[in-house]
Amino acid sequence: MNRINQKNQELSQQKRKAFIAYITAGFPTAKATEQLVYTLEENGVDFIELGMPFSDPVADGPTIQAASCAALAAGMNMINFLNLVKTLRQKTQIPLIMMSYYNPIFKYGIKKFAVDAKLAGLDGVIVPDLPPEEAVELNQALNSQGIAQIFIISPVTEPARMQKIAKLSQGFIYYVPLTGVTGARTNLPKNIAQSVKAIKKCSQTPVFVGFGISTGEQVKQVVKISDGVIVGSGIIKVIEQYSQNEQMFKKVGQYIRSLSQMCC
Amino acid sequence: MAATEKNHGYFGKFGGKFIPETLSHALKELESAYDHSKHDKEFKTKLKFYLEQFAGRPTPLYFAARLSDHLGIKVYLKREDLLHTGAHKINNTLGQVLLAVNMKKKRIIAETGAGQHGVATAVAAARFGLECEVFMGQEDMERQALNVFRMRLLGAKVTCVLSGSKTLKDATNEAMRNWVATVRDTHYIIGSVVGPHPFPTIVRDFQAVIGKEARQQILKQEKKLPDYLVACIGGGSNAMGLFHQFYKDQSVKFIGVEAAGLGLNTEHHAASLCKGTPGVLHGSKSYLLQDNDGQIKIAHSVSAGLDYPGVGPEHAFYKQSKRANYVAVTDTQALKALKLLSELEGIIPALESSHALAYLLTAAKKAKKNSVFVVCLSGRGDKDMEMVSKLKGFKYDE
Repeated sequence: MNRINQKNQELSQQKRKAFIAYITAGFPTAKATEQLVYTLEENGVDFIELGMPFSDPVADGPTIQAASCAALAAGMNMINFLNLVKTLRQKTQIPLIMMSYYNPIFKYGIKKFAVDAKLAGLDGVIVPDLPPEEAVELNQALNSQGIAQIFIISPVTEPARMQKIAKLSQGFIYYVPLTGVTGARTNLPKNIAQSVKAIKKCSQTPVFVGFGISTGEQVKQVVKISDGVIVGSGIIKVIEQYSQNEQMFKKVGQYIRSLSQMCC
Repeated sequence: MAATEKNHGYFGKFGGKFIPETLSHALKELESAYDHSKHDKEFKTKLKFYLEQFAGRPTPLYFAARLSDHLGIKVYLKREDLLHTGAHKINNTLGQVLLAVNMKKKRIIAETGAGQHGVATAVAAARFGLECEVFMGQEDMERQALNVFRMRLLGAKVTCVLSGSKTLKDATNEAMRNWVATVRDTHYIIGSVVGPHPFPTIVRDFQAVIGKEARQQILKQEKKLPDYLVACIGGGSNAMGLFHQFYKDQSVKFIGVEAAGLGLNTEHHAASLCKGTPGVLHGSKSYLLQDNDGQIKIAHSVSAGLDYPGVGPEHAFYKQSKRANYVAVTDTQALKALKLLSELEGIIPALESSHALAYLLTAAKKAKKNSVFVVCLSGRGDKDMEMVSKLKGFKYDE
């Protein structure tokens, strides 16, 4: 069984909600990313979303844009990314999900990517600029390797389309509660509960909510009405603030602990 | 080969809709609004009125007699430079603003490189009383300061883009991000035949007026079809606008001229079709300047309007099906052509259009005597004068 489904089962048995952390691979360095994954796991993270950076990340706000840019400058690419996954797999069984844009995957070769990703130990893939209509080829390649492809539903996704995406998405369904790019927000939209309910009517797959969430209070609010919460830019900000500092792992750990405590 | 909803917006292997989920509804809405409007008599009448009375269509197809003599071929210039705002861009912005009004959108956003599309968008938005925000790379804002001022004078907000290469590519990223956040009340007017379906088709159709007029005009003046159509290519909207109406005229050869910058053998050019490889950027699959890891490279051209690492998917299809031939000329060649046309014809072309003219100098040597060339003079050079005046070869001491 895929590590994602295994973790979902475990969470459901323990009646716990999922806590997902996003970090950009290679920011500030590949070595630091490896250590950060362990730090995140030790502090209550259930799934890791690893960003494979792209030069033109249209779904990302300034925080992740800057991290992507720095990671690329520091030499991150698909080969190094998959090597990082391989290294991580020697020490941890935490589900690892890649978030990247389509072009780096397309350029690497879709079938080759699926095969190499499986060998490395990747469990899932999110491609925010690849809607279901364009995803057929990648979806088949990933399925043949047992890698989950996770799709996004937005607040403006129509009901019929929502049903289609909910059925297609494997591992979990990624619900973005706001129209906009990634990045911390002070206020979240009010109607998240309603939308999550509508999605859950279409599918048994867990619904995780991400984009805009960075505080413990928001985490608490979101897990009440969904199966899990995804935090990204908030973590990147802490990494950025302490990237030249040996305190980085400790600070990230404290921040994550403060969020994961609210996720129960 | 038409890109439709049925084939997911593909021209052969190129095109498509590679977009964040949040935009999927807006693109569907746009496609259905456009499908309705293009057959709607009222819409067509309105657009025709504004193209004629506001923008100044039809534009002349001007026989450039002295340039023709000089080159030994017959050169006709499609004078898009004479349009309101000084370039072909207004053909598209008027059409799309009318669509936005039909869709009841209150706000318009756009990206711009040279500033020509930004100005044309600001003009159309002002005319129809819509709020307008234009995204422009910091580097372009510096080299096209006059256009920034014009947009602001027209009431548009110009937002400086500091990410990436600070040019057109990054301005497009920022416009797309803004659209994702404001999609409910905002229409995004893409400035070229790029982006996700249905944009390449919509922009092509609005620009096709160039070729429709040119075809009638050349038949009237020459009593036959031209041998060659020549146009510069950044994203490729003026070229597609000229070519499209001649698609079935197999005897008419299409030549798209890209920016070779400092040379095709250097890293400093913008020739996506000549030197790029297939990939996905800004919502569609086409030829791109990218590295082996699929990261997008920074383009270079002396002309801000051609300084883009991608190209419209229909051009990629024309390249693969060999309907068009794509070539490239350097900064130096373009500047030489700018000077030549100014001196021989009394017309100062935009740096973008100067690339198409520069190719004539090469083509004339190989072409049969008196071959008929129609060149799209997509814009006028006023916007480039400050920059050009500082270059070597343009010093006029008393």
